[in-house]
Amino acid sequence: MNFYKNIVLPIHDWVDYRLPVFSYVRKNLVDYPTPKNLNYWWNFGALLGITLMTMIITGIFLAFNYTPHTELAFASVEHLMRDVNYGWLIRFMHSSGASMFFILVYIHMFRSLYFGSFKAPRELLWIIGVAIYLAMMATAFMGYVLPWGQMSYWGATVITSLFSAIPIVGDSLVTWIWGGFVIGDNTLMRFFVVHYLMPMIIVLLVFFHLWALHSHHSNNPLGVDMKTPADSIPFHPYYTIKDLLGLGVFLTFYLTFVFFAPDYFGHPDNYVEANPLVTPAHIVPEWYFLPFYAILRSIDDKLLGVIAMFSAVSILFVLPWLDRGRVRSAKFRPIYRQFFWLFVADCFLLGYIGAQSAVEPFVTIGRLAAAYYFAHFLIIIPLVAKFERPLEPPESISAGVLEAQLKSKTAEPAAQLQGAE
Amino acid sequence: MNDQADDNKEIVDESPNRRDFLQIATYTVGGVGAGMAVWPLVDSINPPADVLSLASSEIDISSIKVGQSVTVMWRGRPVFVRHRTDTEIKEARAVPLDSLPDPASDEERTQKAEWLIMVGVCTHLGCIPNGQRETDPKGDFNGWFCPCHGSHYDSAGRIRKGPAPTNLEVPPYQFLDDTTVKIG
Repeated sequence: MNFYKNIVLPIHDWVDYRLPVFSYVRKNLVDYPTPKNLNYWWNFGALLGITLMTMIITGIFLAFNYTPHTELAFASVEHLMRDVNYGWLIRFMHSSGASMFFILVYIHMFRSLYFGSFKAPRELLWIIGVAIYLAMMATAFMGYVLPWGQMSYWGATVITSLFSAIPIVGDSLVTWIWGGFVIGDNTLMRFFVVHYLMPMIIVLLVFFHLWALHSHHSNNPLGVDMKTPADSIPFHPYYTIKDLLGLGVFLTFYLTFVFFAPDYFGHPDNYVEANPLVTPAHIVPEWYFLPFYAILRSIDDKLLGVIAMFSAVSILFVLPWLDRGRVRSAKFRPIYRQFFWLFVADCFLLGYIGAQSAVEPFVTIGRLAAAYYFAHFLIIIPLVAKFERPLEPPESISAGVLEAQLKSKTAEPAAQLQGAE
Repeated sequence: MNDQADDNKEIVDESPNRRDFLQIATYTVGGVGAGMAVWPLVDSINPPADVLSLASSEIDISSIKVGQSVTVMWRGRPVFVRHRTDTEIKEARAVPLDSLPDPASDEERTQKAEWLIMVGVCTHLGCIPNGQRETDPKGDFNGWFCPCHGSHYDSAGRIRKGPAPTNLEVPPYQFLDDTTVKIG
């Protein structure tokens, strides 16, 4: 009696003939041809997927102990922290996890900008990605309101009031969002429901993101398409192992915060229960919103500030049409490469400005940085794409890898290459 | 065994090698890690500290007259406290143990003969038996009668007739003094 042959295999075949779930997994996670030259910047997609699952699972267990009511919410979170077994761990994994999620997604997006992963035929992949990013921001914002601390309350007040900048309907719109004349019970309940709903929408978007990805396969550091089987290796075991190593490093980083600095990304004010009569002295959004907050504040007009802030995100949607350059990877784009790093520095600068009080010299620096942010997309990228003379990318991934190895004078490059195949 | 040759050739044909060791070690560490990650989630569903802290109730029994019952709360469930009459005690002690579905002597089920203390939840499917009030039906054995599926309990709270599998549960309790009982 052979267990595998007589029991496992027939069940596998029976199911797979009717619902090809095993073939599907094999095609997309095992045999899936992946460029053989991916570096560690390509770990972040998998890490984001794992973080999304972590957030959903810890979120479900948080919801078991949460009460979305203005009188009870703050106490229910404290009850979770003090009385529920491992409640502190689940909450800190969720709250630090939100920050991790944004660290990962920003690296993932900068990776895409550097290596041109948003370019044809991956425009929709990129656009869906930006949609996921937007959904994440909405989810994170609403999640931050739920503990019903001072920062929750006043953050929610400020962010929802942004909509009051819209002419004519603004005020009624804000009242509609609040379900009242201030942030109150109705607001808290709907934020809780929507916060729980959004991850399902994100999962759906991720599904489309992966569908688009697997239609044209991953980009790679050289930015040239896979042309022959020699350019690719199967996803498993090569990239499952590579992703696992990255996961180990990431978990070490993530759990260091969870265990040793759980409130590092938070504000002490959020341990004070929401009080509609007192605004905290210094109110700032979570760090991942700071660059956009700086852009909002850099314009003195209410409506224009809000428009600028939303434009800063939505301009990403049209990026594939702003950069019409043929060559994807910044490796072969000497001019773009420099502007890329300037742009990264500008984002960090905006983040720093967003955390400061609105006084000189921060206001002027913030204005310049905000102007540069838009100039990067609207002026620099189109002009560079038009006038830059990129280096000639290699014929194929194999040729590129071989060339790099010859250049670095590694011993017996050809033998190593064979090993990789 | 030879049929599965291709995939598992190494395992079948050769003694465990370095790769087998690494694979088994990896799966083991991964499995233990996954278990340790899952445990806090599972444990968070257990009763939290504030629920556990309600695990004992102290009651004053001085006002309960002979033949009277009161129902008190313990861990959110009703506990029957009955000041039994001599007749009830006699009845309960006269029953031969081998005639009971769940044999237990009245002495085992009480600390002081006149005080019967037990959890008032039918051991069948969790209803609360009648019999606390004087006007309640007390079943065929002068004790309690569960209206849901017709279990009859006697004056020591033992199951005598009906679908319930065991006697009414006796909670841990102690007499702190003559008039105070601590349940739990």
